[in-house]
Amino acid sequence: MTDRGGVLAAATGAEALSTELPVGRSTGWWGMVMFVATEATLFACLLGSYFYLRFQYGPQWPPDGIEDPKLLKPLVMTAVLLPSSLPVVWAEHGIRRGQRWRLRAGLTATLLLGATFLTLQATEYAEKLKHFTMTTDVYGSLFYLITGFHGLHVLVGLTMIGWLLAASLRGGSFGAHRHDRVRNAAIYWHFVDLVWIAILFTIYLSPRL
Amino acid sequence: MSTTTTPSPGISREDLTRLGAHWGEPASLRSWFTTVDHKRIGRRYLVTAGFFFVLAGLSALVMRTQLARPEAGVVSPQQYNQLFTMHGTAMIFLFATPMLFGFGNFLVPLMIGSRDMAFPRLNAFGYWVFLFAGLFMWASLPFGAAPNNGWFAYAPLSSEAHNPGLHMDVYALGLLFLGISTTSASINFIVTALKLRAPGMSLNRVPLFVWAIVATAFMVIFALPALNLDNAMLFLDRRFGTHFFDPSAGGNVLLWQHLFWIFGHPDVYIIVMPALGIVSAVLPAFTRRGVVGYPLIVLSIVSISIISFGVWVHHMFATGLPQLSYSFFSAASTIITIPSGIQIFAWLATMALGRLVLRVPLLFVIGFIVTFVLGGFTGAMFALTAFDQQVTDSYFVVAHFHYVLIGGAVFPMLAGLYYWLPKISGRMYHERLGRWAFWLVFAGMHVTFFPMHLYGLFGMPRRVYTYRSEPGWDGWNLVSTAGSYLLAVGLLLVLVGVLHALLRGRPAPGDPWEGDSLEWATASPPEPYNFPVLPRVHSLHPAWDARTAESTTTGATADRILSAGRRTLVTSELDAHRERAVEMPESSVKPLLLAGALLVLFTSLLFAWYPVAAVAALIVAATIAVWLWPPRRPDEELGVVA
Repeated sequence: MTDRGGVLAAATGAEALSTELPVGRSTGWWGMVMFVATEATLFACLLGSYFYLRFQYGPQWPPDGIEDPKLLKPLVMTAVLLPSSLPVVWAEHGIRRGQRWRLRAGLTATLLLGATFLTLQATEYAEKLKHFTMTTDVYGSLFYLITGFHGLHVLVGLTMIGWLLAASLRGGSFGAHRHDRVRNAAIYWHFVDLVWIAILFTIYLSPRL
Repeated sequence: MSTTTTPSPGISREDLTRLGAHWGEPASLRSWFTTVDHKRIGRRYLVTAGFFFVLAGLSALVMRTQLARPEAGVVSPQQYNQLFTMHGTAMIFLFATPMLFGFGNFLVPLMIGSRDMAFPRLNAFGYWVFLFAGLFMWASLPFGAAPNNGWFAYAPLSSEAHNPGLHMDVYALGLLFLGISTTSASINFIVTALKLRAPGMSLNRVPLFVWAIVATAFMVIFALPALNLDNAMLFLDRRFGTHFFDPSAGGNVLLWQHLFWIFGHPDVYIIVMPALGIVSAVLPAFTRRGVVGYPLIVLSIVSISIISFGVWVHHMFATGLPQLSYSFFSAASTIITIPSGIQIFAWLATMALGRLVLRVPLLFVIGFIVTFVLGGFTGAMFALTAFDQQVTDSYFVVAHFHYVLIGGAVFPMLAGLYYWLPKISGRMYHERLGRWAFWLVFAGMHVTFFPMHLYGLFGMPRRVYTYRSEPGWDGWNLVSTAGSYLLAVGLLLVLVGVLHALLRGRPAPGDPWEGDSLEWATASPPEPYNFPVLPRVHSLHPAWDARTAESTTTGATADRILSAGRRTLVTSELDAHRERAVEMPESSVKPLLLAGALLVLFTSLLFAWYPVAAVAALIVAATIAVWLWPPRRPDEELGVVA
């Protein structure tokens, strides 16, 4: 317990000078972690529904007329998306030391990798839509809902990254004492990345088991 | 012990003026739309949820009128379907949870000795979304387009082929819309309780009501996504031709039920748990002692919130799932009665060991115990698969869950209403009026719902819009209808009592009950900044504790007055060690704008105006981007090297 008397002492004391320094986990950190927890539960329900419908369907999966998903493109997409977390980590560590250039460079790299992922997904959709759509059967419904929902999350994550980049290019936004927003967006981006692994396993690998 | 705005030994007049200037809001129309004060928002939740309660209650009265006599023609079957669906949906989603979140919004910051919620603007946003989602759903009723599939909307009856029209689109979109509010409020409660507790309020000193709200919020975080996914799939199936619940293309109707009850059973506790928290908060003041077995109650709260995720199949005992799963879920459903029982016995012990002060809030607590235990008995009967299969979809089920929900949620809410009305409004209620209201509500509730056990066992199915005279259900139905009018009169008296208190009640002192938690250590109604001096907590019953009281008077320090800005304290998660003072956001119109943009988005999805929906989605994204845009600061303050 720090007992100090008087308003003057409070205005000039260590309290007033240290208020902006991050101490402990901030409310923003907890808020983002809870948001990611509820989002992760949503994906768990999605993938759970996939397996439920698949095992209720019968031995033949995907259903007749739909080939097993090809692996090459999803693996390339994985190779693009997973490493995209590294520049974010690097950028975040940079801004914690007040290095603005690292923030800008790291965010740009992630933005490019994420956009590449979405482009690859678009080409994959263009190819798949010739064979089946989400109204073909329940497999199509699941495939487009799960991958589309993840793609939407990548888009939201990219919007966050682009927003951070815009704010950091303007200047006066982030520094060693002010990087809550960078860290929160980073948590979200890592989450979007990790969920992709679960989707890769469920949608692309599990039908081959 | 209460603090008022007159300067106390601990705080100077200048500090009070500064606090008033930083936290106060002018009484203008603009401030009405932009406020972020948790007390105003909490009051709004209470009033709005009360309004939806009245609408849902009136729907029930129409149904009871229709059922008073066999083969009556008050409403058509189609109207009846919409009435019982809106009654259930509104009571569960638009009344019970928001009403309890209203209590939480008003009380949690006061109980933990903080000046606001962790995210005040998110809080305001959550309220506007709740209001808009509620209006969105109710607005469909006058057009004859209200949901009509029962509150749990089973597939395949909810599919486009079997249920054309907007009915179930309103349901799916309305609940998705509302889910945004519930989720954001839950995150806010968790973070507030973890980070904004007054210094010294370690986890073992957190009031039971706050424990209950936090456990509830965690259940929402992990249960609500299942419902959201279910509704998203339903909307896609209906509108865009997917096949999740369509067996002819490989889908499965039971997927709906699994996902719905994975949400739905925790939801029973999402409703009941904070209400039980109210009981634990009300009892100390009227038994003149702390609740017996604090650690046991906390453990019960936590274990209920975990076990509640493992009992959902007991809602599906009649669907033909494997026997083994029935045995598992039957056992789990039996086990969950143990922590519930622990809480009941702890309250009984508190009353047995304490000195009872028989005022209206305690009457409602006693009414709660009687009614809730009866509902619990029939609940334990449902855990037995064989019995469940006999009475499923009969009025016995209706009797059971009204005993649980009116007993377990409405009675505690009314206890809380009378208990905290002096704090919320600064006015005392009329005691005799309150007693009349209690006895009418109590009698009305049992006269309405007890006979339902009987005609349920006699075979009357639920959700029938009428019945024939032959099975002999007429007399009991008439009794139920009479009881429902009695209940309505009782609830009307509650409303009269509240209005009477607001208009004519005598002014309430800061601590009319000599209560034990921190909301009684401040003025009634509290100042916008809640506490002139943030307390330093020394025990589980801070308002009964001389050292805590001293910390806000003679022991006050500048680092707990924080009058130099709109500030409150952040403390560590477990031990509530002081970490730092933080600047809190000021009022803003952005929460309202964002909620309005979402309303446009969901309305245009409902009417299939997809280009409008796309524009609304862009406005939503832009509003969030502007809302969170970092303010420009000089490089020295930011700490930038290059």
